[in-house]
Formats: sequence, structure tokens, C-alpha cells
Amino acid sequence: MDRNPMRRQLAIMRQSLFDQGYLDEQFIELEQLQDDANPNFVEEVVTLYYRDSARLILNIQHALERKPFDFNKLDGYMHQFKGSSSSIGANKVKAESTLFREYCRSANAEGCMRAFQQLKKEYATLRKKLEAYFQLARQTGPLETATRPK
Amino acid sequence: MAVNGAVTWLRRAEEIDGYDLSASDSEEVHVLAVDDSLVDRKVIERLLKITSCKVTAVDSGRRALQFLGLDEEKEANGFDGLKVDLIITDYCMPGMTGYELLKKVKESSAFREIPVVIMSSENVIARIDRCLEEGAEDFIVKPVKLSDVKRIIDYMTTDFREGEERRRGINKRKLRD
Repeated sequence: MDRNPMRRQLAIMRQSLFDQGYLDEQFIELEQLQDDANPNFVEEVVTLYYRDSARLILNIQHALERKPFDFNKLDGYMHQFKGSSSSIGANKVKAESTLFREYCRSANAEGCMRAFQQLKKEYATLRKKLEAYFQLARQTGPLETATRPK
Repeated sequence: MAVNGAVTWLRRAEEIDGYDLSASDSEEVHVLAVDDSLVDRKVIERLLKITSCKVTAVDSGRRALQFLGLDEEKEANGFDGLKVDLIITDYCMPGMTGYELLKKVKESSAFREIPVVIMSSENVIARIDRCLEEGAEDFIVKPVKLSDVKRIIDYMTTDFREGEERRRGINKRKLRD
């Protein structure tokens, strides 16, 4: 049990992200890639994810403003978005992406719009939680640092 | 002379029965990673670097072929350019898919020996079979894990080492004393 209260808080924060289903084991895979030479790798990937996926979110948004929906195009965008989300372990976001794609495949316009709203919520929530987590991690030092033989 | 696909590396000094096999043959595995996703490229790059590989990451099949093409030109001019030891490519990409890239590589006399590994988020048996039939070495289901990459690199290294041992036979160099 870590005596440092900030590190304890960090550990609790981290655990709850998994317990509440925001993150899955792929996030842990990324944590394993951090070491002394690359101590902020996970944060870098997550930052890249939010920067890069913003473009996809915008594309989907615009595509949803053009009626009738081009479900093929929408599915294509979401396939890409889901891929990146999966790569960082964004569990809930990935689930919403899957739902969206199902609605695309069954050409359900209402379903798509609902799923997209829900997806954006999860996407924003995760971002806030991860920002808070990384901010605290920077203050306390990372919890998990893999030490690999050189 | 280095030829694309002919593996001439050892990642670190290895001792087998007291003989040092590294010596002057030490070279990093050079992997050409192909993925249109920025996030996935960053991750695969890190995974490969941790596995002690040299990495060139490109965002399309077209660029991958261009890179290989440049390589060939350099070698034709006598310059031992960065030969590629392994290609690891995403399946779903706009323009040229990973499958199409695989086919182009396997159809080329210069590059067909380079092992190609396909990555895909979709675990579809038909797709996997198609890729393996076309000559893919292996198929990784995304998201890619360190164990996936380690498995492939270890497998390739073992494959090479066994081949080298056979080739060297009794011509083993003694460990320096």
C-alpha cells in the first residue's frame, strides 16, 4: 500500500477507470510500453488520439447533416474511429462505435444519430477523466513503469 | 552483399554452446510498418522499437512500395541501403489495401522473400485464410499487443538462427577469452 497520499489517489483514480469500464486491457498494454526513456508514452498516444480523432468526429458530424445519409461513408469513418479508440483501450467509446456501425449497416438513421450523441458524450467524458489522471500522474510520477533489460 | 529479405542480423550477442555468433553480423531487424492510422503507427513503432527493431512507418501501401523501390535503386547503385527484413501492414486502408500490398510484394521477384504480416481489427477466418494463401507469414488481430510483436520477431530470429547454424556447421568462432 503506497504511503504517499497522492500516489494512492492516482492508483484509486486509475483503478476506477477500469472498474467503471472506461478503459480496458489495451490501456494496460500501452502502460507496459513506458520506461525511464519514454515515461509519458501513454499520455502521448492519448493526446494524439484526441487530436487525430477530432477530424473524424467532425467528418461524421458533417455527414450526418447531409440527408439522405451515406451509410457506407459513415460506417467507413466509424471503422477508423473505432480502430483508434480500440488501440488506446477506450472501452466505452469503442462500444458506442460498434453500436453506431450496427445502425449504419441496418440503415437506421435515427439510431445513428442517437448513437453518435452518446458516443460524443463518452468521448468527452473519457477525455476529462484522462486529463485529470495524467495531470496527477505528472505530479506524482507514473505508477507503472516497466523495467526492461537493455 | 545485402539482399532484401535475406536476413543477416542478430539483435544482440548470443552465446550458444560457448560460441559467439554475433560478431560482425550484428544488425537490427528493419521493419517496414504500414498503417493509415496515426495512433496505430505510433503504437506499432513503439512495439517494434522495444523489440529492438529499426522501424520505418508509412501511411499507405503506395508509400510502402515507393520505399521498397527506393531501396532497390540504392542497391543497384552499389549503396547498401536500408534493406527491409519484415513488412507489417494493416489490412483495411484506403487506396491500396494490405492484401493488395501483400500481393504486390509476393509478385515481385525482388521483394517476394520479405515476410509480410497482416494486422486487422476484424477477426474473419476467410480474410485470414486469404492472406495466408497469398503468402502472408502471420496475421495479427488488432489491437496489437507486445506479445504479438515479440512472437513474430522471436519466430523470425529463431528461424534464421537455425538456418545459420546449419549453414555454418563446424565453422563456429570461439568466444573471445
